[in-house]
Amino acid sequence: MSIWEYANPVKFLRASGVVLPWIVAGAAICTVGGLVWGFLTPEDYRQGSTVKIVFLHVPAALMAINAWLMMLVASLIWLIRRHHVSALAAKAAAPVGAVMTLIALITGAIWGQPMWGTWWEWDPRLTSFLVLFLFYLGYMALWEAIEDPDSAADLTGLLCLVGSVFALLSRYAVNFWNQGLHQGASLSVAPGERMSAVYRYPLYVSMLGFFLLFLALVLIRTRTEIRRRRLAALLARENRA
Amino acid sequence: MKALLLRDLRLAVRAGGGFGLSLVFFLILCTLVPFGVGAEGGQLSRIAPGILWVGALLACLLSLDRIFALDHEDGSLDLLATAPLPLEGAVAIKALAHWLTTGLPLVVFAPLLGVLLHLPTAAYPLLVLSLALGTPALSMLGAFGAAITVGLRRGGLLLSLLVLPLYVPTLIFGAEVVRRGAVGADPTTPLVFLAGITLATLALVPFAAAAALRVNLR
Repeated sequence: MSIWEYANPVKFLRASGVVLPWIVAGAAICTVGGLVWGFLTPEDYRQGSTVKIVFLHVPAALMAINAWLMMLVASLIWLIRRHHVSALAAKAAAPVGAVMTLIALITGAIWGQPMWGTWWEWDPRLTSFLVLFLFYLGYMALWEAIEDPDSAADLTGLLCLVGSVFALLSRYAVNFWNQGLHQGASLSVAPGERMSAVYRYPLYVSMLGFFLLFLALVLIRTRTEIRRRRLAALLARENRA
Repeated sequence: MKALLLRDLRLAVRAGGGFGLSLVFFLILCTLVPFGVGAEGGQLSRIAPGILWVGALLACLLSLDRIFALDHEDGSLDLLATAPLPLEGAVAIKALAHWLTTGLPLVVFAPLLGVLLHLPTAAYPLLVLSLALGTPALSMLGAFGAAITVGLRRGGLLLSLLVLPLYVPTLIFGAEVVRRGAVGADPTTPLVFLAGITLATLALVPFAAAAALRVNLR
């Protein structure tokens, strides 16, 4: 019994069909719970009620980066072991990751307007997120542009590998280029820098919720892609007959 | 390898269209910017490093799709792929030919355009140096983008969408070198980073580009 058994589309569909309702339920409970709990927290003495946007902003930003990481791993698995489910999962994750990036950018702008006095600042973190968003757009556009599914999977996989290196490079290059306005990590293990427990626990719940939400969306989209691939194969067979 | 390089250079020079056009584009871009932002000297000289770098980058982008598209159309790319020369080598040579016909003229003519934009005198050697160090990376990354989009009918727009984000680090360090030169600061750190990015790109990207070509020729 190894994890590679689930590279078989039939097995993948069956197993993911079993766990999917649970993940969707968990995602719904944790996202709604985390956001509502976060909304009911007391106002911060400096930031006022704007602090509450953190429960949307931080989880979205977290998943935006992790979605790209997941695409990188899935692309590597496709390029090395040629499992079709893996390539389709990478394809399924891209729009979800792009939307997460967009949520992080927009909530950041809404928060930044009253707090920093500007919607947008060419700060390293903001800039690298914008660059990440551009990478997502290019990746999705390439999937759309190529007709042959296997070539599309190969080429987008290559783009994902090269893009990862340059996205990381851009992340550190912009650090060098402009000094930041964005605060440091929201969750730090160093005592004294921590946010208060009042905010921390709802944030954890919300992060778990966004993770499950991402997982659910990717699974649903992957299942759809597998079925679409099957449909195309059936139609092709019918046309030949 | 030498034969391939000479062939590509001859094609670029004699076939018309590609060669020199990007230079003209660069010139036009640097002429248009003062119309947009005003001809006031101090302001121009402050933004000149950025304009020159962005201009060079866009001029480089213009001729990228020609790296592989023509050879793909007439079938000589298939011959190259079956030739004893490794495809990685062929890709590197084609990127070199692109650099010699696009990047190198830009490097040579950039100081002239610097005069147009009131670039401070101290920045000229650094402008030439940073472009000479940075543009090979632009050509190589462009060859990767061209290799990915070679089979597509409307690849041109997609090519720029794929390649431009990859140009971000090179642009940041390249423009930073010139900006530091313009204000008299020490440019060593960004210069070293720029050289590092170019060398790593030249060493590693040919493999990715050749892999993409193999997929497209399958």
